Order: sequence, then C-alpha cells, then structure tokens
Amino acid sequence: MRIGIVCPYSWDVPGGVQFHIRDLAQHLTGLGHEVSVLAPAEEETPLPPYVVPAGRAVPVPYNGSVARLNFGFLSAARVRRWVHEGAFDVLHIHEPATPSLSLLACWAAQGPIVATFHTSNPRSRAMIAAYPILQPALEKISARIAVSEYARRTLVEHLGGDAVVIPNGVDVGFFAAAEPKAEWQGRDGGNTIGFIGRIDEPRKGLPVLMRALPHILAERPGTRLLVAGRGDEEEAVAGLPRELRDRVEFLGMVSDEDKARLLRSVDLYIAPNTGGESFGIILVEAMSAGAPVLASDLDAFAQVLDGGEAGELYANEDAGALAAAAVRLLGDPERRAALRERGSRHVRRFDWSTVGADVLAVYETVTDGAASVAPDERVGLRARLGLVRD
Amino acid sequence: MTTTIVWIAAALLLVAVYLSWTAGRLDRLHARIDAARAALDAQLLRRASVAQELATAGVLDPAASIVLYQAAHDARQAEEEQREVAESELSQALRAVFAESAQLEAVRAAPGGEATAEELAAAVRRVPMARRFHNDAVRAARALRRHRKVRWFRLAGHAPFPLAFEMDDEPPAVLADRAGPGGEGH
Repeated sequence: MRIGIVCPYSWDVPGGVQFHIRDLAQHLTGLGHEVSVLAPAEEETPLPPYVVPAGRAVPVPYNGSVARLNFGFLSAARVRRWVHEGAFDVLHIHEPATPSLSLLACWAAQGPIVATFHTSNPRSRAMIAAYPILQPALEKISARIAVSEYARRTLVEHLGGDAVVIPNGVDVGFFAAAEPKAEWQGRDGGNTIGFIGRIDEPRKGLPVLMRALPHILAERPGTRLLVAGRGDEEEAVAGLPRELRDRVEFLGMVSDEDKARLLRSVDLYIAPNTGGESFGIILVEAMSAGAPVLASDLDAFAQVLDGGEAGELYANEDAGALAAAAVRLLGDPERRAALRERGSRHVRRFDWSTVGADVLAVYETVTDGAASVAPDERVGLRARLGLVRD
Repeated sequence: MTTTIVWIAAALLLVAVYLSWTAGRLDRLHARIDAARAALDAQLLRRASVAQELATAGVLDPAASIVLYQAAHDARQAEEEQREVAESELSQALRAVFAESAQLEAVRAAPGGEATAEELAAAVRRVPMARRFHNDAVRAARALRRHRKVRWFRLAGHAPFPLAFEMDDEPPAVLADRAGPGGEGH
C-alpha cells in the first residue's frame, strides 16, 4: 500500500507527535508498505529517506504557546505537488484541526483520508471562529482516529461525529530488553525514583514531586530521585532544603537507549503531570520496562493505567497524597512486583504489532473500493457557471 | 443607476458561486457516505461468511453450530429494512457462542482453525470501525443538509436523507481482547 503521512510539527524539534509518526512510518515500512512523510523541516537538516521536507516552519503564537507552523501559498503548492507525485492509496494526516500542514493537506487532497487527533485541548476561541472554514476541510476525512477515549470525547464535543480509539504505539520489546544500569539502581537499601520530562515545564509536574520529596526522604532516607530532561537544574531544586539537594540527580537529556535503561533500573516511576496530557506514552514506556508506575489521576493517565489497576494513581497536584503513595510503594516490594507483572501484561495492547495492525485495518476499511488520493481539482469559476465547453 | 445594477449583479454572482460550492461539498459528502456504506457492507458480509464457515465446520457443538448458522444465514439474507436487526442478532449469537474462551481454543485447535479465528477476530473488530466511519459521514451530511441554504435552494436534489446504520456491534470479549492470547480478559 502507498501511504502518505503528514506531520504538522517541525521534524527537527522533538515531540510526541513526531516520534509517533516516525515509529509508525518505520513500522509500516517494515511490513513492506511504501511510506512518505511530509513534514516541516529546514532544507539542510538531515532527514530519514522517507521524509519529504515542506519548508521551514514559522514560529507563531497560537493557543497560549508558540507553535511552529506552515502556511501560505508556497506551503500549499508544496503540499499539492507531494499529493500529486505520491499517488497514495491513503493519506494519513495528524492533528488536522491545527492551522498547519495537515489542514493544508486536507484542503488540497481528495480520496481516502485518515486523520489522527492527538491533543485534547479545551475548545479555543479561534476554533469556534474558524469552525465554518474548518468544517468543509474536515468533512473530507473518511476515518478519524483518537489516541484515547479522552481525546475522542473532546473531539466529539468540539467537532461532532465520531472516531475510533487507537492508542499510541510503543516498541515494548525495546524497553523490556534494555540493560539496567547499576548506578541508577537502588543501593545500600535505598531505592531510586525516576522522573522523565522537561524540568522547566510546570505541567510536567516536577514542582509537585519536589514538594513531596522531603516527606518521602523523611520516611525513606536512602531514596534517590533521578531526573532526566532538559531545563534549569538550579531552579528545580531551589525549593528543596539544602541538605536534601544531593538526593536529586540530574541526568540532562538522555538518549532513547538511556531512557529505556533508566526505566529498567528505577524502583518506582513517578508521573506527576498536572494537565495537558491526552495519552501518556511515558507511562506505557515505563510499564514496558517493568517499572512500577505512580501517576497523577488525569483522565488520560487513569485510562492508560486501566483505572489504577496497572499502576497507582494519586489526586492530581496533591503533594501529600503523592508522598504517602510513594512511601507506601517503596516500603512494599510485593506490591511493586505485582505492579511490574500486571504492567508488563497490560502494555501488550500498546505494542506496535497491535497498534500497527489496527491502523492498517483503518486504512483497509477506507480504501476498500475507493479511488486513490489525488489533488482536489478546484472547479474554476467559469466551469461553475457552465461557461466551459468540454 | 448602472453602478447599482453592477453591484446587484456582482452580489448575485457571489451568491451563485457560494451555492455551487456548497452543492459540490454536499456531493462529496454523499460520495463519502456511499464509499463508507460499501465498506461497511463488505465488513458485515465478511463477518457473516466467517461465522457461517465456522458453523458448518463441525468444530463447535451442534447447538452452538445451529444458533450461529441461523444467525449468519439471516444476516446475509436479510431485507434492507431487517438488516440492522439481523446483524445485531448475529452479534448476539457470536457473543453467546464465544462467551467462554474454551470455544475459541477449540476453534484454534482444529486444522486451519488458527487462521479462521484470526479472520473472525479481524471481522468483529472491523465492523464497529466501518460503522463508526459510516455514521460519522452521515452526521456530517445531515448537518449540512439541515442548513437553510441547502433546504431553500434544494441543493441536495433528489438524494434521500442519509440514515445512520444502528446496530449492536459489540464483539465477543475473547475476540476483542487486545492484550493478546493469554492476556487478561478485558
């Protein structure tokens, strides 16, 4: 099958959607499909062979943060050319409701179009205003995928209609087979706690964990916290009493390999995120690596953790509840072993072999008997008025 | 005077272009519904065929075989008005027959059973998928057709008002389990 995938965000900037598309493209290529990914990227950035650059993305303030987006005539022309030359059986666009390459692709193409909705942003003013403009483009999408039940609910509320839920995929084997690193494992009776995420992004929740840490250390003095992610390390520990600061180790940005090894090594993984999550891929990665998970009770997290069955939940933003749950888990090796075992069974549904098969099932459902993807030939004004003779 | 006429003509032209564009949009939506309906029919037929194959293969007990055969046969032969009921009954029959994982194990153990079980699992998972895509297209078309401009100018022509396909498509739990064989039931 010839598959065209549109990535809305810059390929050179790491992000959840980009990683998802990279893994999906590689998985599909591995199954023998021809995949082409159209993504915003600088001309000179090194790209994998399956990525077609669509030009530089422009940083624009959008929806409360700075988004790097593509728009304008030049981008639109590139999208049309890619659609024309690709002759795809199916077009898979991501985040079509953002003003980006995906929306342009939706506008420029016709035929079987599949769209994945990743975020579950609250309805923005811009979206309400743009609804009449958006709707004709979104009407072309033959199949909608939401990455979680939560994302599906927001989609239904905002845009109407329905979607099938296919979770994000994880290479479970990669995390399960990683070699634990001795220096990240607990020693002398002390345990290690892991945290992965941007330090300076409050929604990732490190401040909540920092507030809980003194209580955890009071009960379990040997505990160490390992933090992987970029941001200002001085600022992160500023709220912590001076004598406790050496219990926190910053690892900076880590490679995929080191991330897997870190998750294999720690005795407890904590996800204190306070919001803005529509899926929670890191929880699946932690469970794949066999780390017991303690997470805030965000809708998306509760769903990934099977309502608290596959990992423990605490009341969001409640540092006291976080500390109590962490202390209890660190003092109960049997419970952690049970969580490890339950978690590694639970993640099989998120493995690419399962997720990829579901995505392909969607492709096959929409391409059954349909023509392939082609540029949407706008009917000219003269043709509309019946002035053109064939 | 002439300027007024020119302005009126321009306004009329704009309205005409807008209406023509809306008609094109509606046309595309109807085409999408047709494609989605064809895909849904294909999936339903696939499911009924696999069910009938299983019922006549002799791997299930006679009572289960008869129940499944009857439901699959009715689903394939149903008149358009009875279709939703017949397909729902096939879903119920499949759930009843595969209420226990032992039945599925029996199918898998038979020669060629592994492939048949896979086909059935794929079919029962794809029916809800295809139905959701179909009903999503129907909803979009209905929303546009209820609009004043479409009703007043009869842009939909003689196309029948699209209807959603409503049925019970809940797959048997043992076949819907995405945790893989041996995983926890869910």
